[in-house]
Amino acid sequence: MVKWEKKGLVFGPEMVKDRPVWIDSFAQAPNVIVFDDFVRAYFCCRPRPDERKQFVSYCAFVDLDRKDLTRIVNISKEPIMPLGGLGCFDEFGTYPVSFARDGDDILACYGGWTRCESVPFNVSLGMARSSDGGISFEKYGDGPVLSHSPNEPFVVTSPKLRRYKDKWYLGYTAGQKWFMDQGRAEIIYKIRMATSDDCINWTRFDRTIIEDKIGPDEAQACPDMIEANGAYHMFFCYRAATDFRHNKANTYRIGYARSTDLETWTRDDTKAGIDISESGWDSDMVAYPTVFELDGSIYMLYLGNEVGRQGFGLAKLQGDLT
Amino acid sequence: MIEWKRRGKIFDPAEHSLADGCTAFAKSPQAVEFDDFVRVYFTSQRQSDNGKWISCPQFADYTKDFSRLIRVADKPIMAQGGLGMFDEHGIFPINVMRHDNRILAYTCGWTRRVSVSIDMAIGLAESFDGGETFTRHGIGGPVMTASAHEPCLIGDGFVRVSGDRFYMWYIYGTAWKTYEGEAQPCRIYKIAQATSTDGVNWGRDGTPIISDIFDDECQALPSVIEYNGRYHMVFCYRKTYDFHTNKNNSYRLGYAYSDDLITWTRNDSGLNFERSSEGWDAEMMCYPNLFTCGGKVYLLYNGNEFGRHGFGLAEAVSFK
Repeated sequence: MVKWEKKGLVFGPEMVKDRPVWIDSFAQAPNVIVFDDFVRAYFCCRPRPDERKQFVSYCAFVDLDRKDLTRIVNISKEPIMPLGGLGCFDEFGTYPVSFARDGDDILACYGGWTRCESVPFNVSLGMARSSDGGISFEKYGDGPVLSHSPNEPFVVTSPKLRRYKDKWYLGYTAGQKWFMDQGRAEIIYKIRMATSDDCINWTRFDRTIIEDKIGPDEAQACPDMIEANGAYHMFFCYRAATDFRHNKANTYRIGYARSTDLETWTRDDTKAGIDISESGWDSDMVAYPTVFELDGSIYMLYLGNEVGRQGFGLAKLQGDLT
Repeated sequence: MIEWKRRGKIFDPAEHSLADGCTAFAKSPQAVEFDDFVRVYFTSQRQSDNGKWISCPQFADYTKDFSRLIRVADKPIMAQGGLGMFDEHGIFPINVMRHDNRILAYTCGWTRRVSVSIDMAIGLAESFDGGETFTRHGIGGPVMTASAHEPCLIGDGFVRVSGDRFYMWYIYGTAWKTYEGEAQPCRIYKIAQATSTDGVNWGRDGTPIISDIFDDECQALPSVIEYNGRYHMVFCYRKTYDFHTNKNNSYRLGYAYSDDLITWTRNDSGLNFERSSEGWDAEMMCYPNLFTCGGKVYLLYNGNEFGRHGFGLAEAVSFK
């Protein structure tokens, strides 16, 4: 049976002394690129909110010692890319961001945030490319590469970019329903997938790929994938539709699904192997996992309470993905 | 040269009870020919609780020579867009077209934003009752929205089929800009062209097809007919700023033609249709719809105040 051995909180903004204003709080949605001597762990962070209590989100990174992933050896000096211009899809945030190597370059697929009047936000996916080893990224155009469509009408976000079988695969979430709950607009989103030859033109599966566990209003996000032992393993997170911010009965948990062809996925959360802790930084929720192989072991970075307000933590796989 | 006979304003929204509680405007009239009449779809507006306008599609039926108004729709022809949808804050304009015994509508949906006033995207709906009402495609999202090189404001879709391809002429935003004397950011948009094999999935390259005649020109509402072996487009254009009441900057009609549906040549004077010296279309001419009906070429369009007081008609007595 698979079980994740928790190694604790690895990084949070409060660990940075005299931190710049753009990294005031949160270290969300970690994703990694492995280098020779270190693992670059990208995350998304926020400056203090504005006078209307609204945040923007930037993407940055810390480098973790390859021999001891709990040891931080470097931190980015600047966000990896700027926010978008006036009226652009990414004017108010770049979150989450997924990374993949493409030859000597590193590609980033990112959620760009805009602000709306009737609902708080909308999100589409943009692409960016780094030619300096992943320190800074140049955006492809001013607009998104994957936006809204007849069956994915809003909030296309939570990208996970992978290259399998000589093709680019993008796991992501798409909004299906906004609804009002106690005066607040809440959203239901589901895990979807698309493929591409160039990371610019995407062909959608145009269907939800993970079945619901807690009913049709389950919200699903962060479909992280890893290939191991002849199968594809997906670790994602899910929550209830309402009262999901602090109520442990409704907050994010990590789920698991398996596929042999990347088309059909079979959900079996009993194989997720990770749950909330009794106390501490991940006692209210576990969310936004990323799973990667390093020197013969498989690791997970994930978020805890308040979706990463304190930062992200590490776990090491005991057992094997089968 | 085209010679026009002006038929004047033919529809005044104040004289009719409109669907969806609309109280003013009859914008972007677009004609669809039926066996016994011609239906003009347009959009009117009602005010929402915060005072901002919401546009709703309507229609009016005329005899085929436009000598008589037969009927004005008194029921909503589309449900309002749901919470968070691209068309939650209205549809303007709506382009209804026939294809393969189907009646399709390409809608321009509006969503209110915070840093800029709005964004737009193009939706698809279909009528199963002869054009009386329309049902959205899918669960209601858009078929065409912002892309890498078209970052905002995808709208004004006008679709026709030529051969085995769907062609869409539409506009996209190139930028929002701030100008001295303008309280809000101003949008700049250009006419472009997309193609499709199914009318749902569209290919495009983010290239304007109509040359500018001045800096930061806004181009809108392209409509196209094929006539005498050539494709003719009428559209409207204005300055980016101070365009509401300043006649030097407000909307006028432009014209372009193409022989191959690839390259378009702009020739505004060839339209030979300028604003009147006085009256309902003296300050502004906008939102044109070029079409044929009963073998004749017509032009529907709006006048002053973006069509607040209705739309008018001109008939081509010579179209060369």
